[in-house]
Amino acid sequence: MSTARNAGFISARRLLLWSGIVALCAWVLVPIYLVALGALGGRSGVYQWPKTILPTNVSLQPFILFLKTEGVFQSFLNSLGAAGITVTLSILLGAPAGYALARYDFRGKDSFRLLVLLTRAFPLAILALPLTVSFIRLGLYDTVVGVGLIHTVLALPFAALVTQGIFLGVPRELEEAAWVFGCTRIQAFFKIVAPLALPGLVATAVFAFVISWNEVFAASVLTVRHRTLTAYLLTVLSESPMHYRFAGGLLLILPSVVFIFAVRRYLFAIWGISSK
Amino acid sequence: MTNIVIDNIRKSFGPFQALKDVSLTINDGEFVSLLGPSGCGKTTLLRIIAGLETATSGDISIGGRSVIGLPPKDRGLAMVFQNYAVFPHMTVYENVAFGLRMQKADEARVRKQVEKAAGLLHIEPYLDRYPNKLSGGQRQRVAVARALAVEPGVLLMDEPLSNLDALLRLEMRTELKTVLQSAGTTTIYVTHDQTEAMGLSDRIAVVHDGRIEQVGTPVEIYNHPATRFVGGFIGNPPMNFITMPVLAGQVAIGSESFSVPTSSGDIVLGLRGETVERAPSGQGLEMQVRVAEPMGSHLLLTGSILDQPARVILPATETVRNGETVGLTLDAKRVTWLSPEDGVSYPAAA
Ligand SMILES: Nc1ncnc2c1ncn2[C@@H]1O[C@H](COP(=O)(O)OP(=O)(O)O)[C@@H](O)[C@H]1O
Ligand SMILES: [Mg+2]
Repeated sequence: MSTARNAGFISARRLLLWSGIVALCAWVLVPIYLVALGALGGRSGVYQWPKTILPTNVSLQPFILFLKTEGVFQSFLNSLGAAGITVTLSILLGAPAGYALARYDFRGKDSFRLLVLLTRAFPLAILALPLTVSFIRLGLYDTVVGVGLIHTVLALPFAALVTQGIFLGVPRELEEAAWVFGCTRIQAFFKIVAPLALPGLVATAVFAFVISWNEVFAASVLTVRHRTLTAYLLTVLSESPMHYRFAGGLLLILPSVVFIFAVRRYLFAIWGISSK
Repeated sequence: MTNIVIDNIRKSFGPFQALKDVSLTINDGEFVSLLGPSGCGKTTLLRIIAGLETATSGDISIGGRSVIGLPPKDRGLAMVFQNYAVFPHMTVYENVAFGLRMQKADEARVRKQVEKAAGLLHIEPYLDRYPNKLSGGQRQRVAVARALAVEPGVLLMDEPLSNLDALLRLEMRTELKTVLQSAGTTTIYVTHDQTEAMGLSDRIAVVHDGRIEQVGTPVEIYNHPATRFVGGFIGNPPMNFITMPVLAGQVAIGSESFSVPTSSGDIVLGLRGETVERAPSGQGLEMQVRVAEPMGSHLLLTGSILDQPARVILPATETVRNGETVGLTLDAKRVTWLSPEDGVSYPAAA
């Protein structure tokens, strides 16, 4: 009697779990699928209704054309540059901050964590004008470095908080053992903590990369000629036929997806640790 | 000379006092255990000695030199951590060699020392493995080997056997004793397990609530506990405490009377359960036996003496029925008298 009820309860839970999983997957995958459909379906496929499950008369032409578009390659390089700066700075500044948060008790630690999060609370749109003005003054306007700096501001809080979780995951006792057996704090960090935190740091770096790669607002406002790929496409594609836009969109998603897929194991590790 | 002098160490965590004026001297080559229940401050004291924690006040010197303010690496000691703290990204060999590498020892010496330590702890077959391929007992050995390989003047161990199962613990305990005796290292060993402390130590410091209650050889501490806490914590079954009235400096037990160190009022008799003998019927200290358990090697009696709970041990050859009243003969030299007010024992009769 009670076992039967129990079984019913368990299957209801399973049902809930699976419908949750399906809903989440749909949330992420359906838009990507529609974009892909639009990109592959050619000029007519975009407007076709009802949609077919698989694209009819597939053509790669929009992609090729897109890649050949003038300025795409240059802005691709700009994007890489900005993302490179973002990754370097957010690891260089974020990891020590995360380490300090993980290992030291200091006055105002909680306020510091809050402050770090608050930087994300300012809508970039409000800051756009003053930023533009000061960037022009500093000579950073319309430069890859400038965009990289702004993206660092966006990625840094994330980097600090996630690396905190990663460093918390390295047992303090290991570091203390290193001190006892002859290491200075710095030596212990590089010999023990860094190697053990490396996978997590790599994942953080990739996330910083993705944040910079996908960011479009700041990049559009702060550049005119030296645009990043997203910003460049935003201007170019708004004047192109629909299926080119879809092709551009699909190509833009690809690097992030590939990156995230490559480090997915480490991402699970971060989530596991930082949700503790 | 690597003696250790701990002088009036205090440690507070906020309002909480973890250590209250702890002083202890450990001689060169001596093996001293810090024994006490969990949470009494043993680890904190060990970490202060190692330099992993800073004392609120007080001084520590190792080999005649104050080490307050020195980083751990400059204190000339090695440590075995409670959870081993074996480096997961290094092979067993590299783990054991770690301290020597940090001392920039040449390759020949590293190899020699690692092989020696690995030999002592029987871990030669695993030298090329990573720690995640080892069992708890093997990791434990690696942690000890890593500490011995540097031939430290001082070895600190924090409950090194607590994560092992009972059989392995017994085996490792015997091995540790052999290994450490031959090394002649000044050792401080933290444990909450009295059998470990009794078996391994030259002297034991019993820690309770941030204070050292008593320091002495295992036998001293066992026979003449300085406080009620020590008597109750050490020994299995724990010491019995029976409050009795004193008349003119004498306590009457059965037909005998014992002279005690106080003249009137009450006194507490501290009685080790295995120091009694069965008295001829109608004589001695009367015990109402509630349960008699034949344990094979001995007979364990649980019941009450003067309406106070008591446990005593008689030879296995005796037979006692549940509910029976037995008379017990005491050995005046093996009892401890304690003050009923503060639970401190009177000095042993000369
Ligand atoms: N970093 C710390 N912050 C606050 N309290 C602590 C800290 N470390 C230890 N304590 C407290 O100090 C007391 C002694 O701890 P510890 O030395 O670890 O005990 P033991 O090793 O004897 O079990 C405990 O009550 C513990 O909660
Ligand atoms: Mg402890």
